[in-house]
Amino acid sequence: MDLKTIPISAWLGIISASLFAFAAIFAPLLAPYGMSDIVGDVWEPMSSEHLLGTDNLGRDLLSRMIYGARTTLAIAALATIVSFTLGSFLGMAAAVIGGWSDQLLSRGVDLLMSIPTLIFALVVLSVMPANILTLILVMGILDATRVFRLSRAVAVDVNVMDFVEAAKLRGEGRVWIITREILPNALSTLVAELGLRFIFMVLFLSALSFLGLGIQPPEADWGGMVKENKDGIIFGIPAALIPAGAIALLAISVNLIADWILNRTTDLKGGRGGN
Amino acid sequence: MSPVLKLIAQRISLGILLIFAVSILIFAGTQILPGDVAESILGQSATPENLANLRAELGLNEPALSRYFSWLGGIMVGDLGTALTSGTSISDAIGARLGNTLFLAAVAAMISVPIAILLGLLAVRYKDRWPDKVISATTLASISLPEFFIGYLLILVFGVKLGWFPTVATVFPEMSLGARLNAVMLPALTLTLVVLAHMMRMTRAAILNVMQSAYIETAELKGMTSFKIIWKHALPNAISPVVNVVMLNLAYLIVGVVVVEVIFVYPGMGQYLVDHVAKRDVPVVQACGLVFAAIFIGLNLLADIISILSNPRLRHPK
Repeated sequence: MDLKTIPISAWLGIISASLFAFAAIFAPLLAPYGMSDIVGDVWEPMSSEHLLGTDNLGRDLLSRMIYGARTTLAIAALATIVSFTLGSFLGMAAAVIGGWSDQLLSRGVDLLMSIPTLIFALVVLSVMPANILTLILVMGILDATRVFRLSRAVAVDVNVMDFVEAAKLRGEGRVWIITREILPNALSTLVAELGLRFIFMVLFLSALSFLGLGIQPPEADWGGMVKENKDGIIFGIPAALIPAGAIALLAISVNLIADWILNRTTDLKGGRGGN
Repeated sequence: MSPVLKLIAQRISLGILLIFAVSILIFAGTQILPGDVAESILGQSATPENLANLRAELGLNEPALSRYFSWLGGIMVGDLGTALTSGTSISDAIGARLGNTLFLAAVAAMISVPIAILLGLLAVRYKDRWPDKVISATTLASISLPEFFIGYLLILVFGVKLGWFPTVATVFPEMSLGARLNAVMLPALTLTLVVLAHMMRMTRAAILNVMQSAYIETAELKGMTSFKIIWKHALPNAISPVVNVVMLNLAYLIVGVVVVEVIFVYPGMGQYLVDHVAKRDVPVVQACGLVFAAIFIGLNLLADIISILSNPRLRHPK
């Protein structure tokens, strides 16, 4: 691939998303202070000692942002993996098997999607134990409905192609057809979707944490940090806007990358689906 | 029966069926744990007596199916049960709060819908020129911004620094309309910014789709001004997709209000739901979930019906 063909917007997205990923991976090396060490006064302004100031308990905001990146990105990534594995496998299986199993799965997904995701997540979380595993599973399963729809739609298109017909006549099994014929042809669409789903997960997780139902303190995550520092806003202290802004920046960067991949794949297909 | 009526009757009965299915799902969603609701409410420290008492109070000794039907029977006559934490009627609490939520959503809709359609038209009129590009760029930014970023930024700028609007959206029944509007202005603006871009972009796409038709070319050759073509020929034919988008976003307004209500401490349904999820007050959560889902389904249904009615081919069958 020619690096020069990547547009500037996509470069900006790639650079800033990699910075976030770098901070998340090397968090303990980069953070100037410990995650929950109280190192100063409450809501100190930005200074050379505390680059982003301190938070509602006097902890260093920059350090918490860096550790928060780790928690937020890791959980969003795990939930995306759950959502993708489940959604794409079931979606392709539904398309290949067809008949009653397809009807059952598709109508089930329709039903699940008729309830707004956040509302249903709140209903389920009201009875589930508050831990990270629950969170990942609930987010992953609810979001798998979107991936299911997309991968089923793509797989239905591919499933009627001649080479799939040939494979079926050769007597290949369903698993072989799904993994060796359908998956490679659906991959480019799914990869672009992967970015969008990941961002949705970051926003979803942050919303849950902001509502106090996601990651529990003292663990740092961006949505929870907005909640911790929101009372400062009324006194004109912008600490809550820093994690909120980081979420926004990450979302914009990943969207820029996904946009570029999406345009590339539609170009490859002769502009199908573009307008 | 005329085909339109038949279609609409079909859609409505499907919608009702869907709400029933959703009620089952919401009920089942709170039963999926290996233990039961009583255990998860009381947590690990529960004594066997406490558990037994709570189970009896919740009626958990009955089988799940009969509990579901008594819950459903109550809903049919407008009784949503009583809250575990306060012992008060859920229907009364929701009644008061639903009005507030709908008021906030309505104000947001009145601001966002005209602006979105107008900007969508502008984007089509100046396609591929700077107004269109600016609109596209802001769309990308605004779908990426979390509600709390927009909300707290507005509070900081308009509430704290400029002091134009109150930072906390307090409303009470005796308030005058003017005071109420002033109180909800910041949350309404937040919701507007959240949905505006999507509505605008979809409006633009719907009208652009129509702009490729032959009759638009005819209108152009007649020498009509381009804004008049869009207004008189393209927009009426794009009504059904545009209405669809507007309805979807209205559904989002009412549901997406959850986070915004918490930001502005607004006494609506969302705040009520979130408070009781944290307290593990299952009857309240089920009731709120069902109300939100019913509104969501209802608005989607309305979008379907409007697009059926706006299609002249269905209204005047051959």
